[in-house]
Amino acid sequence: MIKVVLQGSLKAAAGGRSEFALEATNIRQLLDRLGEADPALLPVLERGVAVSIDGQLYRDAWYQAIPPDSEVFLFGKMAGG
Amino acid sequence: MKQMTVSTTINGDVVEFLCEPDETLLDVLRNRLNLTGSKEGCGTGDCGACSVTLDGRLVCSCLVLGAEVNGREIGTIEGVADGDTLHPLQSKFLEHAALQCGICTPGILVAAKSLLERNPDPTETEVRYWLAGNLCRCTGYDKIIRAVLDTAAEMRGA
Amino acid sequence: MPLDNNNRVFKSVGTSPLRPDGLDKVTGRARFGADATASGMLWGRIVRSPHAHARIRSIDTSKAEALPGVKAVVTRADFATGLDGDIGDILENVMASEKALYQGHAVAAVAATSPSIARKAAKLIVVDYEVLPHVTDVDEAMKPDAPVLNEKIFTEGLAEKPTKPSNVVKRIEIGHGDVEKGFAAADVIIEHSFRTEATHQGYIEPHACLASAGPDGQGELWCCTQGHFMVRDTCAQLLGMDVSKLRVTASEIGGGFGGKTTVFIEPTALALSRKANRPVKIVMPREEVFVASGPTASSSIDIKIGATKDGRITAADAVLRYQGGAFPGSPVEMGAMTAFACYELEHVRCIGFEVVTNRPKAAAYRAPGAPMSAFAVESVIAELAEKLNIDPIELRLKNAVKEGSRSSYGPVFGPIGLIETLEAAKAHPHYSAPLGPNQGRGVASGFWFNFGGQTCTSLNVNIDGTVTLSVGTPDIGGSRASMCLMAAEELGIPYESVRTIIADTSSLGYNDVTDGSRVTFASGLATIAAARNAIKVLCERAAKMWGIPADAVIWEEGYAKPAGANAGEFEPLSLADIAKVAGNTGGPIAGHHEVNIETAGPSFATHIVDAEVDPETGRTQITRYTVVQDAGKAVHRAYVEGQFQGGAVQGIGWVLNECYIYGEDGVLQNAGFLDYRIPVASDLPMIDTVIVEVPNPGHPYGVRGVGETSIVPPLAAVANAVSAAAGVRLTELPMSPPRILVALEER
Repeated sequence: MIKVVLQGSLKAAAGGRSEFALEATNIRQLLDRLGEADPALLPVLERGVAVSIDGQLYRDAWYQAIPPDSEVFLFGKMAGG
Repeated sequence: MKQMTVSTTINGDVVEFLCEPDETLLDVLRNRLNLTGSKEGCGTGDCGACSVTLDGRLVCSCLVLGAEVNGREIGTIEGVADGDTLHPLQSKFLEHAALQCGICTPGILVAAKSLLERNPDPTETEVRYWLAGNLCRCTGYDKIIRAVLDTAAEMRGA
Repeated sequence: MPLDNNNRVFKSVGTSPLRPDGLDKVTGRARFGADATASGMLWGRIVRSPHAHARIRSIDTSKAEALPGVKAVVTRADFATGLDGDIGDILENVMASEKALYQGHAVAAVAATSPSIARKAAKLIVVDYEVLPHVTDVDEAMKPDAPVLNEKIFTEGLAEKPTKPSNVVKRIEIGHGDVEKGFAAADVIIEHSFRTEATHQGYIEPHACLASAGPDGQGELWCCTQGHFMVRDTCAQLLGMDVSKLRVTASEIGGGFGGKTTVFIEPTALALSRKANRPVKIVMPREEVFVASGPTASSSIDIKIGATKDGRITAADAVLRYQGGAFPGSPVEMGAMTAFACYELEHVRCIGFEVVTNRPKAAAYRAPGAPMSAFAVESVIAELAEKLNIDPIELRLKNAVKEGSRSSYGPVFGPIGLIETLEAAKAHPHYSAPLGPNQGRGVASGFWFNFGGQTCTSLNVNIDGTVTLSVGTPDIGGSRASMCLMAAEELGIPYESVRTIIADTSSLGYNDVTDGSRVTFASGLATIAAARNAIKVLCERAAKMWGIPADAVIWEEGYAKPAGANAGEFEPLSLADIAKVAGNTGGPIAGHHEVNIETAGPSFATHIVDAEVDPETGRTQITRYTVVQDAGKAVHRAYVEGQFQGGAVQGIGWVLNECYIYGEDGVLQNAGFLDYRIPVASDLPMIDTVIVEVPNPGHPYGVRGVGETSIVPPLAAVANAVSAAAGVRLTELPMSPPRILVALEER
């Protein structure tokens, strides 16, 4: 099980719920399981999210592996200038 | 509108062109003569990107009408280098990394050249005030000011 | 690609050679957005709403179409249908359909044989508007009785699902711990509200493009942009074209700072061109750049910070309200994530509200969202230092994040350089220099994530031993020089032997836009990888020439050499030796790399500012400025310094002068460089720089992005200096002379 902490837009879309425990070995699986767990998250997930795995931020890397026991955070879409 | 015939000298070459009475010198340079080195940043004389010299005087070419330059002498960025020899300002701007995007660079070089022709030994403050009409959004001006001061020193020594 | 070796000695990287595009830029030859022409070219002009909020009842184009010289008129009907979500918003912003949502919103466009005919034709387009009530202020827009822009917006993230639409797109929350518990443990609590106004990136080059499209469904576009692949993909969708049939070339770009990461006029130029079947050029007048491109958000912010007597922060709380113009997308979430990112906090919370108003849709502006929240937070930190009688750098050091710290937004930081910038600032002579009368000193720190993203490069070895490198990220401040340096470093050849170009969209795979401070990091990493791939080929060719196995050849300082005594005795072959006979040994030699790289390292900075406030006029003069920032590894030192200096000065403009001023009528009052005053040379001192280098473990040389972090600290650093000089805390931007005079009187 991976513990995922939702922040910002994601937490807002999940109606304030910030923690999910899910089975996932990569980011794509994580996003799919999250959408199943709370369909209210689907539009936000579709818009794009940023995922932090053990401190490293990923924006579009679906097949980035999520090692067991890693710390995972989800944020709304991020972009720079 | 009826077009006017204008005869002028640009960077030492005799040039004739037709223009409408309300057309700016900048539009003539860029759109009719293909001298696109002078840039339009504002069209209202606030940014200096279109700086040229008119009979040796520094002006914003967006504030001059094409029809006004009949019989007069214009200097643009395209005439700053002497053949394959860059003007010392051009070399120093490269050496000091005094440009990032480069859009303001032609106007600043024309303006700085005009300064050094009048005042070969300007103080930092004098350079800053002379160039106050030339906006640069990338560099914070630091390296531009250094490049102009360094050029002035080199030209005085030469 | 991880960091190679921390002790690596560089030959090219870390120097400051002349840029490859330099000669063109000092002679006027460089071709920017507005400098292109084409045979039979028409001039486009966009018709824009004079009203801040209005329903479009009808548009009559007949008079304009009848004007001699007019070759095409387009409205929303000439664009694709059925787009929704973000791309739908982009289309709606490019050309309004039912409502004009801000003054300057495009409603129609014309193309004619001369600029003056185009201007006349634009005036002949008759739009019947029903003027609606409008709102431009963020706090006003949040009130229950505010005019609602979009009936489909129901605030997300509230405990109770709203039953009525509003201008609040969402409420977001970032943080951890229990702030109430943290405040209970505090000896001192400081609380303030702040306001910042919208500012514009202020690039000197207005948006410009030259489009050529026709009835065969194909098109070409020349434009100034931070990302021509983004332009291609977006325009293709907005026009209903195949991506492969639209080729986009990035011109030289005259500044962007985030403002050229989306499209404004490009789809319209293509639509006009397609309709007229002739090339169409559109150049935005400066006034339109202000009213109709993408400035940054304005904000209203509350900050509360508690600390113990010895300066340990026990809790930090923020409420951020950012309006991002007429569409969702204000950078409030990144504002919330970055607000307290410099501090190690057990109890932290940032609540953010994303708000829409009748203003142009905000675009990215250098570290989007971060400068405003940093302004508010770092102002309170300065006041905390004063109240606790602790040196402001010492206070920051006591609470600073370091490797292993949990960030305020959740994840744990890897190797970072905040402490190093604080130590360097403390040790800098500027920090201990005496101040004159009416002068004050301010300090502030700042953070930005930095991004990587989709990147590819192609490196070709030429017959004479020189190298051509194609990258897909527009060069906005000297990045071609940095690419040449990294390729030269890897290949072991002189910097001058590498030529870097920005390839068009048909010549290279997809590249994300030049944003997020990503180019030197990501295109640089792809360049290094491409060079290493080319080296593999070079070694194979040398092996062939020597008749030994490929793995018995190594590459060292520009030469293929036998790997050891067992490999045999051969005279080393230079890159040029191998390149010369490439046609005989197997054909062209090249290296490529395609990647979605995500290991950008975050960057921190600390700025020191001295400001002098004239008590008679309220005018502020910046008398000294020092930027200390972590670059990971500076590839081209002079251009790294340039990024530091440029960011600082944009920040100075934001804090002292720049702002969008709206009248009661919702019309922008200062849409020009005379009244929207960006800093000029005589406003400023030299900007001192210190480059700190804490290597990024996610880049072979340790490179971190540097472009954006530099604008995060200056708002607060200058505000702290001005407040110290004036003897009163100023909380509203810009700190213009009238505002400072009022503060001095109320002191």
